[in-house]
Formats: sequence, structure tokens, C-alpha cells
Amino acid sequence: MYRSHVLVCGGTGCTSSNSAAIIEALEAQIAEKGLSDEIKVIRTGCFGLCALGPIMIVYPEGCFYSQVKVEDVPEIVEEHLLKGRIVTRLLYDETVHPDEIKSLKETDFYAKQHRVALRNCGVIDPENIDEYIAYDGYQALAKCLKELTPEQVVQIVKDSGLRGRGGGGFPTGLKWSFTAANQADQKYVVCNADEGDPGAFMDRSVLEGDPHCIVEAMTICGYATGATEGYVYVRAEYPIAVKRLQIAIDQAREYGLLGKNIFDSGFDFDLHIRLGAGAFVCGEETALMTSIEGNRGEPRPRPPYPAVKGLFKKPTTENNVETFANIPQIILNGAEWFASMGTEKSKGTKVFALGGKIKNTGLVEIPMGTTLREIIEEIGGGIPNGKKFKAAQTGGPSGGCIPASLMDTPIDYDNLTAIGCMMGSGGLIVMDEDNCMVDIAKFFLDFTVDESCGKCTPCRVGTKRLREMLEKITDGKATLEDLDKLEELCYYIKENSLCGLGQTAPNPVLATLKFFRDEYVAHIVDKTCPAGVCKKLVSYSIDAEKCKGCTACARKCPVGAISGAVKEIHSIDKEKCIKCGVCMDTCRFGAVVKK
Amino acid sequence: MKTLEELMAIRDKTKQRMTVREDTGDDAVRIVVGMATCGIAAGARPVLNAFVEEIAKRNLKGVTVTQTGCIGMCQYEPIVEVIQPGKEKVTYVKMTADKVARVVNDHIVNGNPVAEYTVGAIEK
Repeated sequence: MYRSHVLVCGGTGCTSSNSAAIIEALEAQIAEKGLSDEIKVIRTGCFGLCALGPIMIVYPEGCFYSQVKVEDVPEIVEEHLLKGRIVTRLLYDETVHPDEIKSLKETDFYAKQHRVALRNCGVIDPENIDEYIAYDGYQALAKCLKELTPEQVVQIVKDSGLRGRGGGGFPTGLKWSFTAANQADQKYVVCNADEGDPGAFMDRSVLEGDPHCIVEAMTICGYATGATEGYVYVRAEYPIAVKRLQIAIDQAREYGLLGKNIFDSGFDFDLHIRLGAGAFVCGEETALMTSIEGNRGEPRPRPPYPAVKGLFKKPTTENNVETFANIPQIILNGAEWFASMGTEKSKGTKVFALGGKIKNTGLVEIPMGTTLREIIEEIGGGIPNGKKFKAAQTGGPSGGCIPASLMDTPIDYDNLTAIGCMMGSGGLIVMDEDNCMVDIAKFFLDFTVDESCGKCTPCRVGTKRLREMLEKITDGKATLEDLDKLEELCYYIKENSLCGLGQTAPNPVLATLKFFRDEYVAHIVDKTCPAGVCKKLVSYSIDAEKCKGCTACARKCPVGAISGAVKEIHSIDKEKCIKCGVCMDTCRFGAVVKK
Repeated sequence: MKTLEELMAIRDKTKQRMTVREDTGDDAVRIVVGMATCGIAAGARPVLNAFVEEIAKRNLKGVTVTQTGCIGMCQYEPIVEVIQPGKEKVTYVKMTADKVARVVNDHIVNGNPVAEYTVGAIEK
């Protein structure tokens, strides 16, 4: 029996800020003090508050240490673990109050969240099946196999109102019923863990923090739809997720929770992992299956839908990681419980990866219907440096953006679609007044141009032309006619592309055009970039009244474009200037002006 | 594994091992062991561990064992405070691992503080 458990985040975010070395140092220090029998160190999945990583929680006190460094470890061991004195300077400042230390659950970041898909992330040791079982793991599977018929399982999922969390929002129960209705000698379950949107990492965190829930959910899906084999398609760029998932599969096999005759019910099910090479298009369900089959990851036309002819031409159910993560809880707590959360047509919760210009970068899970304002201002802690919120980008390269005027829209599938945006897989990138919306659209187009698989012309050639048009605008060479052409091409690509990638690729352009047309016009007519991002359209100059002639900027300028002697007013040679902005960062008097 | 019973057995066993991580809330009983240099030198560590073991053995819910710094009466270390919501704090002094079982049994389980181990008894 250990008197204290020390949980250290081993998600990708904290691992990249050196949590592995912290765990190593912690274990060494604990051994050195002779505490190895008293204190247990556990490497967990993501806690969600990635901005403050590496994160450590010490139980039983529940102390939440943030931004821990390897050098802090001896102090934590000596003071806290040995002597019981909490190292106050490392505590997350939101938990520290004059007369008491608040629990993590009471902080703004966690208080408004409701964790269903992420319930075990940062709570259990993901490499230990017993800890998953301790938190009711595999009970849902036992319940299905022992008490429910496959039809009843499908009905529960239908009644819950769960919709696909990968972006499309298709009702999950309905999807399962299609596969179940098709007779075949072999059916498959596929888990789509090819999370490719820039800035999104919900699925990775579930796989890293709670891999057994995916194993359990896929097995349940297999039972409900009549499949005996499953594939998890996960990107090779997620090594921690792949490793933990493989450990989970091995442990489940050892316990007989995968394999033949599970729970003595006569039902067989087994799982395999397939690594994706990181092509964005492989997140599209038909391309993903083609890739699992060993072919080049290209989409194929639908129909036939995967429920009829999917993987290896057999009926297949494909769901996203987060969708699966909800399943065991729905079975255990009932469809009504799940349906009690969220809005009329979007039930349950949704995980968002908060990124961009926001204080609490990380993962949040909120009930559907929460407003963007609550997410950004309350949970996310607002915009840093006192800047003004401009827009939030959702859905990655397939999505749109929500401007400040629509911040109070309750977020669910239908409301987002209604304002010309989309839920997407859950990436939420916050932008402030320093972001140029045309530049943002160009950024996402860059991505789709790179990631288009090339099979169909509208996507392969169309996105490239679209990108060139945007470049023309940001270079200040476009005319208003180009703007009309741009819009026309957007609709053409949407209507004629083969798969979701092309059909949604123009969305960032259309959404920014809808809400920020004035910025496009400013680039074209006034030849200025209001946010001062597009290099070709900005120029730097020195305000003669503020310049003190300190020569700091002239010394820093990499191209020698600034001239002026000591105590004389300086000036910038616009011909030589490369607009790097170093002078502006250097000037202590605010004399450098960007226009 | 073939039955629900087997699954539940693993669940209960592991859960007990993980109680230390539960958020016990405001109505929890707290056993606080003084673990500053004076406490450790006087032998607080075996006392702390004995409490952890005893609570686990009896599978008591809502009881946490934590450490604290120097309380200020170093000559009476190891000092253990038992804090139950709505009740007067009880301070045990010169604790040993042998005394732990009785404190848990009489005080934590049955609600009768062991008067002879408390600071009041020793100061008389």
C-alpha cells in the first residue's frame, strides 16, 4: 500500500516539455530517500492544461504542480514527499488562494468542463489494465455480452443521440444499424485515429490517456454489428499513442477480453493496429480503408458505402476515436443519461483542442450548447496581452470561422452549420486582432494543396489555383474581379470534388469571405493589410517625434536599411527593408511604426 | 476471464489500492502526521506508514493520511492530529507504530479518542 501517488503527465504535450526526464529524476530521488515502498509514480495521459505542462499531481493532498522542471524535483521530493511541506511556488496559481488551496476541479479551467470521453485521461495509468477496470472498465462490454442482444446495443446507441465526433456528425447508432443489417461472412470495425487537422489532438490524447476504452468500445461495436475483427488506423507520428494502444491490446488479450469466446459468450473479437504515414486524405473513411488494404491512400466514390462494401469489400463500421470513447459510458449509464446532456439535436459533450491566441492552451471537454464565449473567456482564460478577440477557427482546413459577433452562439453541429461553419473534429484556434484573415485562409489552403491526393482534378488543380488567387490578394496585385472569381472557384471545387477533402477545402476561404470581406477588400482596393501581417503590404517607418537617435535599431537591422547618426533622427530605406520587424521589437521608445 | 465476478474482483482490489487518489471532499477524516525534521527524527515515518496500512487493511472510506510540517512541540514528536468535520481536533503525541491500531479502531472507527495518548494526558 502506497501512502502517496504522484501522477505525472505523459501525454505528448508534457513529454515534449521534458516530463520523461522528470519521471526519471523523481524515481531516482524517491529511491535515494528510501521512499520507494511508500510513494508510487504514475505516468498518466493528458490532463488537458497543456499550456502549463509539465504537470504533476501529488495525492492524497491533490496538489497540482505546473511547469515543473527537472531541477525542481529534488525540492519536491525533499520538501513535499519526505517532509510534507507543499512547494507553494510550483502550485498552479489558480489553485492558490490567500487562506486555502483549492482543488483542481474548482478552478475556472476545470469547473465548467464535463468529462465523458476524457474521463480517465490524467486519472489512471494508461498502461495498467487493472486501473482501467477499477474505473468501471470492461463492465460495459460484460453487460453487452451477458445481458443485451446486438439489436438492443444498437438501439441504446441510437437512443443516446450520439453523433460522429470526427466532424461529419452522422448519427452513430444509425451507422451501426446499417452494418448490422448487412449479411456477410466477415465484417469489420475500424477506428479512425488519423487525426490530421492542424492544431487538433483530442484523439491522440484519448489513445494516450485511456487506450482501453477504445479497445472496449470497438469490441462492443463488433458485437453490435456482427464483426469479429477490428483495425485501428493511427498515424505513425503518434508514437506514444501507438505504444500504449499496443500495450492495451496485449493486456486485453491476456485477460481474455479480446480473442475467442469473450466472457464465455461465444463472441470472438480481435484488434490490429495499422500505422498511417501521415497523409491528411487518409482521414477520409474510404481512403483510410484503401490504405489499410495496403494500397495508396486514395478515396473511392460512395456509394457503395462502407456499411455495404467497406474494408476488404466487406461491411464495415468506421468511427472516430472520440465517438468510440463515449460508447462504454453510454452502455453503463444508459441512453437517457447521455441524451440529458447537450442540445436538442446534438447530445453529449465535445472535446476541443484550444490553440492559438489563448491563455490556457490545451484540451477541454464541454457539454454541447456551451457558447464560444464561455469556452474562450472562462475556460480558456481569455486572450493574452490584452488583445481583442477577432475570430475562432473550427474544423481545421475543412472548417470555417466564428467571428466575435457570433460568440454567444451555443456550439453544436446544427448551429455551427447554420452560420456557415462546422464542428469538425474539434480543433479550435483562437485569433486576435493581429491575425490577418486572408493570411489564415492562405495558411489552410497551403495545407490542402499539399495534402490533396491528386486523384480528382477539382481538388488537385482547383486548390492550387485558389491558393494562387489568395497570394495575389496578399501581394496587393488582385482586383475586385479576382474576388468574384475566387468565390466562383470555391463553389466549383466544393461541388465537383470526389471526397470530403476537396469538398470542404474552400471552406476557410468562404467563411473568411463571409465574415471578413472588408479585409479582403482592404487588401485589394486600399493595398493594405489591416492586421499588418501580409509582408508585401506593410511598410516600416520611423516616427521623427519619438526617435531619440539611440542607434539600437540601426545596429540590429540585418540588411543595413536604417541610417542615422547618434542623437539624430533615423530613417528606413524602403527599398532595402525586408520587413522583418526586428527594428520594431528593438526600439524602446515605440518610434518604429508599421502600416 | 470469463465472468463478471472476476472482473469485479479486479475492480475492487485495484480500487482499494487507488483510494489515495480519490477526491474525498469536505466531510473526510484527515489524519495529519508531523513530518518535519523533528518528527522524522523521532520516528514519524513508521507511524505514517502504519496508519496507511491500517486504513487499507480495514478498507476505510473517506479517510486520508497526509503529512505536515513542524507543529512546534518538537519534544512531543511524533505528533499526529486527527481532524473530523464538526469535531474538536484531537492531537496525539509521542506516537509509535504500535499505538496506531488502537487509534484507528477506537477513534476513527468508533469515535472515542484515545485520551491517554493525547497531548492533554501528557501535559498533566
